[in-house]
Amino acid sequence: MRLKTTLRAATALTACALGTATFADSHATTITIATVNNGDMIRMQGYTDQFTAETGHQVEWVTLEENVLRQRVTTDITTKGGQFDIMTIGMYEAPIWGAAGWLVPLDDLSAEYDVDDILPAMRNGLSHDGTLYAAPFYGESSMVMYRTDLMEEAGLEMPDAPTWAFIREAAAAMTDKDAEQYGICLRGKAGWGEGGAFLNTMANSFGARVFDEDWDPQLDSPEWKETLEFFVGMMEESGPPGYATNGFNENLNLFQQGKCGMWIDATVAASFVTNPNDSQVADSVGFALAPDTGLGKRANWLWAWALGIPAGTQKADAAKEFIEWATSKEYIELVAENEGWANVPPGARQSLYDTPEYQEVPFAQMTLDSILAADPNNPTVEPVPYVGIQFAAIPEWAGLWTQVSQEFSAVYAGQQSIDEALERAQEIAVEEMEAAGY
Amino acid sequence: MARAASTRSRIGWTALAWGIGFLMFFPILWTVLTSFKTEAEAIAAPPSFLFFDWTLENYGIVQERSDYMRYLWNSVIIAGGSTLLGIIVAVPAAWAMAFVPGRFTKDILMWMLSTKMLPAVGVLYPIYLICIQLGVLDNRAALIIILMLINLPIIVWMLYTYFKEIPGEILEAARMDGATLKSEILYVLTPMAIPGIASTVLLNFILAWNEAFWTLNLTSVDAAPLTAFIASYSSPEGLFFAKLSAASTMAIAPILILGWFSQKQLVRGLTFGAVK
Repeated sequence: MRLKTTLRAATALTACALGTATFADSHATTITIATVNNGDMIRMQGYTDQFTAETGHQVEWVTLEENVLRQRVTTDITTKGGQFDIMTIGMYEAPIWGAAGWLVPLDDLSAEYDVDDILPAMRNGLSHDGTLYAAPFYGESSMVMYRTDLMEEAGLEMPDAPTWAFIREAAAAMTDKDAEQYGICLRGKAGWGEGGAFLNTMANSFGARVFDEDWDPQLDSPEWKETLEFFVGMMEESGPPGYATNGFNENLNLFQQGKCGMWIDATVAASFVTNPNDSQVADSVGFALAPDTGLGKRANWLWAWALGIPAGTQKADAAKEFIEWATSKEYIELVAENEGWANVPPGARQSLYDTPEYQEVPFAQMTLDSILAADPNNPTVEPVPYVGIQFAAIPEWAGLWTQVSQEFSAVYAGQQSIDEALERAQEIAVEEMEAAGY
Repeated sequence: MARAASTRSRIGWTALAWGIGFLMFFPILWTVLTSFKTEAEAIAAPPSFLFFDWTLENYGIVQERSDYMRYLWNSVIIAGGSTLLGIIVAVPAAWAMAFVPGRFTKDILMWMLSTKMLPAVGVLYPIYLICIQLGVLDNRAALIIILMLINLPIIVWMLYTYFKEIPGEILEAARMDGATLKSEILYVLTPMAIPGIASTVLLNFILAWNEAFWTLNLTSVDAAPLTAFIASYSSPEGLFFAKLSAASTMAIAPILILGWFSQKQLVRGLTFGAVK
């Protein structure tokens, strides 16, 4: 009898769970925003109440790790799932999705918003055919972050615009492997947004390109070989052990622990390494432009986390209001007032860099210079048919470059030679591009 | 002499078992310890094991940023609902396969298991489109059914194994005493298989609780369980290990407590047969 009652109860409970679940999931009247988990975005969530107070719109946040977010929003937008009213997307997605008609054009933003204040590099990177499809919340490039004390000890002086030859020399001079002191820390981790992004920008500065004007892959060119030989040679001389698996976070950790003489990575890292609460070397960090080889292109990328509205949302007006609020000059002032100028979202608006208080932030000018030095329309020494610096804005890129970067990482790990990796990378690229109909 | 050797051997084996147990538990212990550190201490090298300034700051931040109770409630509903539904479907199925096997029973069992070999991402788009068509994206009922279907092969297999150990003669005797099919399953078979059913329930509850692919891809706000809660603290650009550890500790705490209290039944069900 007890068993029967238990089973009945179980059935009833399940039915209740299903029923509750069905009826409880009624449509919300708020806007839902999918975003990435980083300091600036989390800070923005803290100010949501102010937006609600000003407009009456409620906001629901779906915060996800970058790769999960990318998979999630891509699935949703391609299937017209309608789960989100605003999506946080990057420079890679915005032009592709805009061209496909998946995003609402942001061509009717209010005059007070001052769209012309957005840095041209950011605006171009988030547009397709001159139409803006996502508003930058913050932007970044990459630059050299270095230890001023170690540089001085080595008897060297970092120029504002160093060459790769200088970087290699300085890295060797600052290295003391017995003391776990490494001259340079760079990304070696596989992934198109990790080590793949870094090596692509480095290759740009060595005169290499991924495709020629006819979309023919060029990964077997001498320039690519020179890039990889230089990278591997420098890292073997002066890099940390196991660099093949180091990405942004691993290098950030090493730099903050005082184990790296130089680190070339996202400008957004500057606020982390100069924060005395987290970094042991906060007061001895200098900044310089990403290096070059004298060919006219520097090894710096350009990226923005931006807010876009998926086409088909029923709440486009409220979503647009939010975007105007979150990416406005007023929002920057709000954050500055409450948390200091070093914590405002950088890299999106010219007016920020015209603000005297912000000019006092140690990495502000170099961040702006790095962003201005990046040209997504002309990323390489020789012409290419694509837009984008550390990526080509084509749908096939993420899959293709992830595979290629795995081949490169295998070289760093000593599993294959540079020639083998480049040969394999070229095969992969030819295969993928042919399959895609280029 | 032989006795001393035997004692030494026993001590050795015990120490080895404890050592292996500690190694397996260490990642959880480290996560819990890290959750009480500052972000700077969380990445310090060499790391400090116990002697650091303990802080509850991360729990405060996580609590402030996220509605933990909503995620927890969703996890309980989804994991509990899918497990209960799975048991209700699987008990009759396993009974049929164990006691009234047909020509294709073994093939069906293998086929059911083979569905677990399909990478989940391979059916993401079809399932996503079905959910859109039915209007059940970000819906707990949909997740209950999907997780039930995903775990059903394991539930059926486990119950089938337990049922197979119950002698058919006992059921025959019940039939001779006039038991109907329903009574046979409810009053004879199920009570005998309770340890097996209990361990199946617990294991599947844990599987459903930890399921991350579907719960992350099919939810956004209303139905998001604790897997989505943890995912919101993971970041490839920024070192937030202490906060991530606090979120992880909060997410695994309920299942750890459940596992702790039910370990006796779980081990008994997994190691003993249905009839001793």
